[in-house]
Amino acid sequence: MIALPILGGILVLLGDRASGKGGGSLQRWVGLLASVATFVASIPLWTRFDRTTAAMQFVERHAWIPMFKVEYFLGVDGFSMPLILLTTFLTPLVLIASWDSIKLRQGQYFATFLFLEGLMIGVFAALDALLFYVFWEAMLIPMFVIIGVWGGARRVYATVKFFLYTFLGSVLMLVAVIYLYSRAGSYSILDFHALPLSITEQVWIFLAFLVAFAVKVPMWPVHTWLPDAHVEAPAGGSVILAAILLKMGGYGLLRFSLPVVPDASALLAPMVIALSLIAIVYIGLVAMVQKDMKKLIAYSSVAHMGFVTLGIFIAWTIFGRTGDTPGIAMGITGGMVQMISHGFVSGALFFCMGVLYDRLHTREIAAYGGVVNTMPHFAAFMVLFAMANVGLPGTSGFVGEFLVILASLQANFWYSVLAATALITSAGYTLWMIKRVIFGAVANEGVAGMPDLNGREFLVLGAIAAGVLLLGLWPAPLVEVLSASVDNLTTQIMQSKL
Amino acid sequence: MNAEIAAFLGACLPEVVVGAGICVVLLAGLSGRHGRGLAYLLTLATLAASAWVVGASQPEAVVSMPGGSFVQDPLSRFLKLFVLALMAAIFVYARAYLRERRLETPEFYVLGLFALLGIFVMVSSMSFLTMYLGLEILALALYAMVALERGSAPGAEAAMKYFVLGAISSGCILYGISILYGVTGSVLFSGVAAAIEPAAVGQVAVLVGLAFVLVGIAFEFGAVPFHMWLPDVYHGAPTCVSLLVSTVPKVAAFALAFRILVDALGPVQADWQLLLTVFAVLSLVVGNLVAIVQTNIKRMLAYSTIAHVAFILLGFLAGEGGLPSALYYTVIYALMAAAAFGIVILVGGSGEADQIADFRGLNRRAPWFALMMLIVMISMVGVPPFAGFYAKWWVLWALVDAGQTWLAVVAVIFSVIGAFYYLRIVWLMYFDEGLNLPPVSAALDLRVVLSANSLLLLGLGLFPAGLLELCARALG
Repeated sequence: MIALPILGGILVLLGDRASGKGGGSLQRWVGLLASVATFVASIPLWTRFDRTTAAMQFVERHAWIPMFKVEYFLGVDGFSMPLILLTTFLTPLVLIASWDSIKLRQGQYFATFLFLEGLMIGVFAALDALLFYVFWEAMLIPMFVIIGVWGGARRVYATVKFFLYTFLGSVLMLVAVIYLYSRAGSYSILDFHALPLSITEQVWIFLAFLVAFAVKVPMWPVHTWLPDAHVEAPAGGSVILAAILLKMGGYGLLRFSLPVVPDASALLAPMVIALSLIAIVYIGLVAMVQKDMKKLIAYSSVAHMGFVTLGIFIAWTIFGRTGDTPGIAMGITGGMVQMISHGFVSGALFFCMGVLYDRLHTREIAAYGGVVNTMPHFAAFMVLFAMANVGLPGTSGFVGEFLVILASLQANFWYSVLAATALITSAGYTLWMIKRVIFGAVANEGVAGMPDLNGREFLVLGAIAAGVLLLGLWPAPLVEVLSASVDNLTTQIMQSKL
Repeated sequence: MNAEIAAFLGACLPEVVVGAGICVVLLAGLSGRHGRGLAYLLTLATLAASAWVVGASQPEAVVSMPGGSFVQDPLSRFLKLFVLALMAAIFVYARAYLRERRLETPEFYVLGLFALLGIFVMVSSMSFLTMYLGLEILALALYAMVALERGSAPGAEAAMKYFVLGAISSGCILYGISILYGVTGSVLFSGVAAAIEPAAVGQVAVLVGLAFVLVGIAFEFGAVPFHMWLPDVYHGAPTCVSLLVSTVPKVAAFALAFRILVDALGPVQADWQLLLTVFAVLSLVVGNLVAIVQTNIKRMLAYSTIAHVAFILLGFLAGEGGLPSALYYTVIYALMAAAAFGIVILVGGSGEADQIADFRGLNRRAPWFALMMLIVMISMVGVPPFAGFYAKWWVLWALVDAGQTWLAVVAVIFSVIGAFYYLRIVWLMYFDEGLNLPPVSAALDLRVVLSANSLLLLGLGLFPAGLLELCARALG
């Protein structure tokens, strides 16, 4: 499954050389076919997934570097499976959405996205820490190229900032992983889970992991690369960045930080909670004053990802106060649901930005107004996604935020009050933007001349809208998939490793 | 008598082959119009013959020359085969460069083979004097090659600097050797090790000798604070000679450091580790920071060499477990540097592409080689799935395992800083539209070898197990 998109990418790249100038429609079809085939191949992960066990499923295990006991070790559980599906679902949509809007070196563009898809699936599926690191780092290269080649005016600044930020975070993680190997004698993440560690070791390892994952999530105050990267990236790049790359931070916390160093996580949880609350409240306010639509959505991503880290780390406060494990499970489930939902919603909003940008070539909110008059279908979708971003009941955004706030109520009344302010601020900035962009009278000639969605764009937005509504109205299947893994993680983190 | 000759040849047959090759190439060069082409072919044939001789010997056997100052062991075999392969690639790159400039002379090949001979002697030597002999053969050949372009003022300046500083460093080594000989009464590595163990450990005279020898080793590597020659030589020399200077002598320097520090001065390990720590940290700082401000790609690669050398030294000071990682790093570094200079030669065509700005918009002029350069640069940053990552990873592992986690943290932080200047090349190639220059063209052999060299970095990154194990086995 990892190989499929990468092979597709190589094929597209070879096609690029064969067709000379690049950009034959054949290459685009091959690229799309590869990504759709990957999605189809990933469906059995959902249908044949055993919901009753937290053990790893669909395991694939081969020796890779026997000298250091490094293995090519893949498998999925309730945390990684939904994220893999999210990846395989969104990638074909990104390719479809970029069908005409990318003019420069289309073959290379499609190939890069396919490489990226393969590596992202690898990150979620890897159960060997070194393999995980290889995928995690290798992913930076296609993303670096995507922003740098197909990005906006300040793309070089944005992409180098993105690369260096994430690289700094991950090299420290590498040292931590190596340290864990020298203690555990293997790179298997499952062995790391069972390894006893002293509290000093745990704190250092926790901090090293936190730097890596906090940059990716991104948490306040290391979020500054995100608005730049989002603004400069092409629409497809923004979608992948917001919808999937950010999730890797949350996923890493669940896969590494919590189970490997539970005591340090407990010790430092207040710090992470404080950072999350700052992200939720402060970044929400920052989003309010943005003039650029993409920047606004980017800041709103930071605020929403704050819910994820909050949901994960209030576990210890709940445990300390009430010893209530269902409450903990609720927080973690809420965090996970929020991640998936945010993947859909932020992805969709960036698609919408792409649609607008293709027509008017600006992201300034002030340049738009009254879009509903010329693009009614588009306006309907955009309003739906905006509501989901606000967290309106019935959309996917509601479920995750509600669970996290409910769980934080058990932890500390004030946490939940602060978290709930996010509902207000996010309503504020999102709806205000909608008002200025979508409603009102037609602002200028440019808007008056904008054609409504074509079939291709309709397909993309429609598919995601279906996902948003499905998850909002009937989240049970997702929660069911998560439950065994969440319970397992809850017991893992409650056991001291000292 | 016959048995003695057999034992002698058993230990140094590859060197004899190279020596004979030198004579033949020298004569062939005199044969008029076809001399150059013939010299080139005979040089490659010498490499092949020598590789065959090394490859045909027992892989695990240790054959020592009478007197014990020269040896064929797994390490020397591994290094010789690697250097031979690398030299073949270097000659291919160099020929393309020299022909474009009408600089091709048979002497280049002769001097190249002399350098090879010096390296062979170094990697096989088991006594201080043999080591010194090899070092001088190598150094003299390199001095002459740096000045290959007779009319070039920067070339002459570089050769002069290299010669003067090199002579001082040779003097230091020789002085150190004489002190160690005075203390221990032996020039054999094993003899020195036996004599200073354990009574003389910490004895001042041994430490003074050690300090002087270390200066020479650091000079060979180009570690800070003995790095001053490196940027000037890389810059002033013809690119094909910079390529040579930046690759194979580092392999020789590895052998120099390994044989002297581990085989001879193992008992005073704690002392040289301390000094190497200082050298390594300084090299990390200076190499990575100064490389950022360079505008000439050869100078940038020189500072990047200094930063890579720091990792090799880190491998050395991580104790027993770190030695194979230092070897692996040296091998991977040499491959990366060869490919990087190869691409500089290729992009230069018949002019020079020694400014970083010359790489602007390369993706349009030569998409395939822009991709190759991307692989090399990202591999130098140390990002998987390229071989450079595993080299860094192994060194880091050795450091963590030796309880020196803080050094590992320092090293990774500086490699993040270093990432910047490699990325700059990538962004100039891909993100800038660049000048309206014609597509890059080059001879077929250059293109094929260069592609193989770069793709090897990817191949070794996807399947790293084989070479990792070879390195571990070469050191027993």
